[in-house]
Amino acid sequence: MKSENNEKTLLQGLARSDKKAVETIYRENYNMIQSLIINNNGSADDAKDIFQEAMIVLYEKTRSGTFELNCRIQTYIYSVCRRLWLKRLQQLNRYSPEVTDTVETVPVEEEIEDIERKNAEFEMMDKAIDSLGEPCRSLLEAYYLKKKSMIEIAADFGYTNADNAKTQKYKCLMRLKKIFFSQYKNGNQ
Amino acid sequence: MDDIQILDAVERYIRGEMNPDERLHFENLRKSSPEVDQMVVEHTLFLQQINKFAEWKKFRDALHNTHINLSEQGKIDSAKLKGKAKVVYLWNRYKRVAAIAAVIAGVTTLIFTSLVNYLTPHTDSAKVQELSRDIPNIKHQQNVQVDEVNNLKNEVNNIKSKINLQSIPFKAGGTGFLIDGKGFLVTNAHIVHTSRNIAVTNSKGEQFRAVLVKEFPDKDIAILKIDDDKFKPLSSIPYGISKTESDVAEPIYTLGYPRNDIVYSEGYLSAKTGFNGDTLSCQLGIAANPGNSGGPVFNHEGEVIGILSTKETEAEGVAFAIQSKYIYSAINELKKSNYKDTAYQSLRIPVKSSVRNMDTKEQVKKIQDYVFFVKGD
Repeated sequence: MKSENNEKTLLQGLARSDKKAVETIYRENYNMIQSLIINNNGSADDAKDIFQEAMIVLYEKTRSGTFELNCRIQTYIYSVCRRLWLKRLQQLNRYSPEVTDTVETVPVEEEIEDIERKNAEFEMMDKAIDSLGEPCRSLLEAYYLKKKSMIEIAADFGYTNADNAKTQKYKCLMRLKKIFFSQYKNGNQ
Repeated sequence: MDDIQILDAVERYIRGEMNPDERLHFENLRKSSPEVDQMVVEHTLFLQQINKFAEWKKFRDALHNTHINLSEQGKIDSAKLKGKAKVVYLWNRYKRVAAIAAVIAGVTTLIFTSLVNYLTPHTDSAKVQELSRDIPNIKHQQNVQVDEVNNLKNEVNNIKSKINLQSIPFKAGGTGFLIDGKGFLVTNAHIVHTSRNIAVTNSKGEQFRAVLVKEFPDKDIAILKIDDDKFKPLSSIPYGISKTESDVAEPIYTLGYPRNDIVYSEGYLSAKTGFNGDTLSCQLGIAANPGNSGGPVFNHEGEVIGILSTKETEAEGVAFAIQSKYIYSAINELKKSNYKDTAYQSLRIPVKSSVRNMDTKEQVKKIQDYVFFVKGD
């Protein structure tokens, strides 16, 4: 009963991206996944990638509000990682007859498809912002990602006033939106 | 209002930062101007996406920092592997690759061995084993009784000419064909390669003793000579040996001894090169069996275009033949290295086919007497 409550608290914490909750889940599950990946033809870096992707899956799930975990967090993370790693192995054409299994798993196909679609979208955005170059990238990141005010930004970037910063931000935004919408449409049609 | 101001307004509107008056004013503007309306819709979508992106990125950064913190504190296994751990890791990572490589090496060896051995049937393997067991005894006796053996040797030489061929346990068999009526035959080197005694049988079942004149292992060609009083030289050979390459898709046939009777099979030339692009040979689409090795491959003019030598183990109906022009180069080499021997110097390879206008059935009738069953021990 106690551990069940604990897990619930952890997930609620994760939904808020509470540092302590993230750390706890990370600490309690990472080693298991690292040995899974390394024992199945992967490296420690692969393990980190796969594990973090599974964390994102769990994070997105908890944020959707309707999510209820019917198994232990450990089982869920293991299932996602296992599936992700098998997929990655296939893509790399690295031979692995089957992941050696002694742990129970739950079906996670839907989640994985979902996260792959989202990842693709986010990577598209990441690339689009990167392709803008400086100072556009930093300017937009400061405003839209770090949610800084235009006055702060003007001070940080050395614009004489917020209006000038706004004009610059507007130009950058138009470029980003142009790239974003051309790719967004391509990706969604 | 210029564009910058409009966008600013749109953003403030979406975020709900407008006061009620402003909001009412802006909503009226939205209704009256489809462009502003479109801008709001578009920008809402964009902001949603970029907000999600912001969260995703933030969470990823958080994960990244967590990973670094935890591994620095030693609370998760560090990614930096050292010494033994690294070896274990590398072994874990590459053990499958190593295993696969070993398997491939093993399989390749087996395939090559079987490719070489496949068309050399072992007609009497039980006897082969007995023979190999006898050898150490003979050696022992030789060591102990050298003189006696020397005496025996002379006797053996005398007896040898009288040995009945039937008593020799032949283990290797294939096909060969005459290239000179005086009794010169061509076959594969791999058939007679290890043989001390060689015998050939014609399609009528008459058996003759033969000797190995010379073998060309690089071409897998061997020249035999029938060395038996019973053999009567044949006047002319009905087929010619082609000097040129044949065309792909040309119909071909072969005669050989996959069993004790002569067997006909037909097919076509599939490629001008052999296994893995080997230029020495050519590829045939024909049903070949162990024992067909060394057999002549004829085109429908009755010309020999190749010597059937190997077949692919992994595919049915794919065989390889050594191109007939290498028979000429083999004979030339033989003549060069034995320029004093008149028997070799007078060796004439038939160039023209005298059966070219006949149909296949008639051709085979004429040709079969010149194709021999080759046996070696």
